[in-house]
Amino acid sequence: MRRLAALLLCVLPLAGQAAGDGYARLPGGGFRSALKYEDRQSLRIAPFRLMQTPVTNAQFLAFVNANPQWQRGKAPSVFTEARYLQHWAGPQTLGANALPQQPVVNVSWFAADAYCKAQGARLPSWNEWEYTAAADELRKDARKDPVWRERILAWYSRSSKTALPRVGLQAANAYGVRDIHGLVWEWTGDWSSLLVDGDNRKQGDADKAKFCGAGALSMDDRDNYAVLMRVAMLSSLEGADVTPNLGFRCARDAR
Amino acid sequence: MKRAIPLLALSLAIAMALPACRQDAAADAKPATATTDTGGSAKGDFGPPQGAPVEAVLTSPPNVPPATGRTAPAKVIVSLDVVEKEMPISEGVTYTFWTFGGTVPGSFIRVRQGDTVEFHLRNMPDSKMPHNIDLHGVTGPGGGAASSFTAPGHVSRFSFKALNAGLFVYHCATAPVGMHIANGMYGLILVEPPEGMPKVDREYYVMQGDFYTTGKYREKGHQGFAMEKAIDEHPTYVLFNGMEGAMTGDKALTAKTGEKVRLYVGNGGPNLVSSFHVIGEIFDKVWYEGGTKYQENVQTTLIPAGGAAMMEFHMEVPGSYVLVDHSIFRAFNKGALAILKADGPEDKTIYSGKEVDAVYLGDQAAGTSRAPVAAAAASAKTGNLTKEEQIAAGKVLFAGTCSTCHQPDGAGLPGVFPPLAGSDFIKANPKRVPQIILHGLVGPVKVNGKDYNSNMPPMSQLTDDEVANIGTYVLNSWGNPGGQVSKADAAAARAAKPANGSDGH
Repeated sequence: MRRLAALLLCVLPLAGQAAGDGYARLPGGGFRSALKYEDRQSLRIAPFRLMQTPVTNAQFLAFVNANPQWQRGKAPSVFTEARYLQHWAGPQTLGANALPQQPVVNVSWFAADAYCKAQGARLPSWNEWEYTAAADELRKDARKDPVWRERILAWYSRSSKTALPRVGLQAANAYGVRDIHGLVWEWTGDWSSLLVDGDNRKQGDADKAKFCGAGALSMDDRDNYAVLMRVAMLSSLEGADVTPNLGFRCARDAR
Repeated sequence: MKRAIPLLALSLAIAMALPACRQDAAADAKPATATTDTGGSAKGDFGPPQGAPVEAVLTSPPNVPPATGRTAPAKVIVSLDVVEKEMPISEGVTYTFWTFGGTVPGSFIRVRQGDTVEFHLRNMPDSKMPHNIDLHGVTGPGGGAASSFTAPGHVSRFSFKALNAGLFVYHCATAPVGMHIANGMYGLILVEPPEGMPKVDREYYVMQGDFYTTGKYREKGHQGFAMEKAIDEHPTYVLFNGMEGAMTGDKALTAKTGEKVRLYVGNGGPNLVSSFHVIGEIFDKVWYEGGTKYQENVQTTLIPAGGAAMMEFHMEVPGSYVLVDHSIFRAFNKGALAILKADGPEDKTIYSGKEVDAVYLGDQAAGTSRAPVAAAAASAKTGNLTKEEQIAAGKVLFAGTCSTCHQPDGAGLPGVFPPLAGSDFIKANPKRVPQIILHGLVGPVKVNGKDYNSNMPPMSQLTDDEVANIGTYVLNSWGNPGGQVSKADAAAARAAKPANGSDGH
């Protein structure tokens, strides 16, 4: 990662992507994660670009039309559980429960990963997601503001019985990114390294981080419940799992 | 793998895993005398389960499943749904609860020592959160938490042998643990001793919890979880069975004189320790800490967060008995009360006189109809609100908010709470009424020739309509001068805080 970052720094002066591709440009830099890392105090986030809004049903429909192997019913079950895109009317039909501008949900990590790769992009890393999510509308790091924390927390405590709003309804944050809070959970590329996934449970006792508050103890910022819940949610999932409120967006390295 | 990922400091997490996980049953302190030692978990294994598996009977609070009635270890299947749902937390106030079984506290589970419990934790597909369960009655790391971490739309299964008898709390232990518990994710599992629990006439399930809402106590509408209040341990509500009034009025617990009642009482926390007390009763027995031994003749028993106790008493005198957290402001100002209503013939040789606990009934009292309040609200909307409607609504609201101190007949309590009945203080300036309701009153006042010097907290949680109705009721009751308080009067009073207003408590 360091080597990659160094490489990116060399390439950086060439930046200058045409606007209107739906990606926001994020400068990166030093970032203090709410998570506690053994090997470093603060992280260095390389400049990157991130979709301004989560991937929509319409976008994902275009993807499965072009890539039939990812259509519901055709995608291998090891990559997509039975409820993959279950809210769509058909394998290539959105229907009443999946409006074009709603964020796509019920997608597995494998499907999300394939979508981004098909765009020449990738899923964002956890660090990139967390860095983006630290911003409110005006500040790049609003995490110490109790009012803002309470505002974003409100979404987490509601269950998801009502239809999802369409993407882009919320004001953009300081980086020009929308809906990073308050709409859906989002996959990250490295989600399985957050705590440990099911496959890693037998390696030592690492899974103890998942219960009895120990999860909170590997946090530097124990008040950041929004991040804590993202970590808990992502770490409860397997790569083929889907839920009705889990979507994703793609990232690109800065050019 | 495209990129290297820094390692999380998991080793730290392991070293500091909280002692909430019950891992050391065998190392617990020895009982006082060897002759009454049950042997604990080392003697709790009665061999493999016998007979066909049994589906556990789960009950919603305040009900308790029937005794297992078994004499041999069984395989017991427990299927518990995790449901995130909006429910009332108080009159006109809603909150998003996270529940085991759709209720707060969660379903009561009853098994027998030595049983093998096959546990199915089912997280509903429309849940937003992953959840798990840590049962304090489990011998094993995490109490089942690690084995039951369940994403939305998934089910986890694990099994344990119930080696220790007792009454145990269970709770969700998914990070952030405090928030999962504060949202109502706890309940009780009773592991009966081999001989079962002594027979009683009635059993009830009560569980205390503290709640942290963004709005003030009884502030209307939907309220979110207030993280800062939770971290500061300043609850908005302290409740029995998850809702103010969950066991009052028509929903009061019932018993008959001559009956023996047992309560299974837990405390989910997340923060507060309960001074559990039943006003007007003395516990004949308390299985303190939910364990094997009982203490006799107890007034108040301490129930820690994440702990439980069983208590038993014989009903002699009919009437309403009030369950409270005797850290008493929680009962008066945060909702921690419930009613046990005993029917039967009076026994004047044991008790004669008026029931002291009527004072705690509040607006959840049996038979109190909220209809006049709704009628007044409807008329206010159409602009047809009459004084009579205001008085009727005010009377109901007064019973809930004011009568605790000023008494239902407005007489107050001598030396403590000034009378409102025939009050020269009100007569001198009727406009004071909405002002005092909204801002409280601190310091010396003289009412009907008597001096009072105390602190009435502001009742600013009341809406302007409610203040207007209460004020109108007071002005037109008990020989007061009459008149009317309008919504606009109340709004004006709210805007202007007098010098002797209270900063609250």
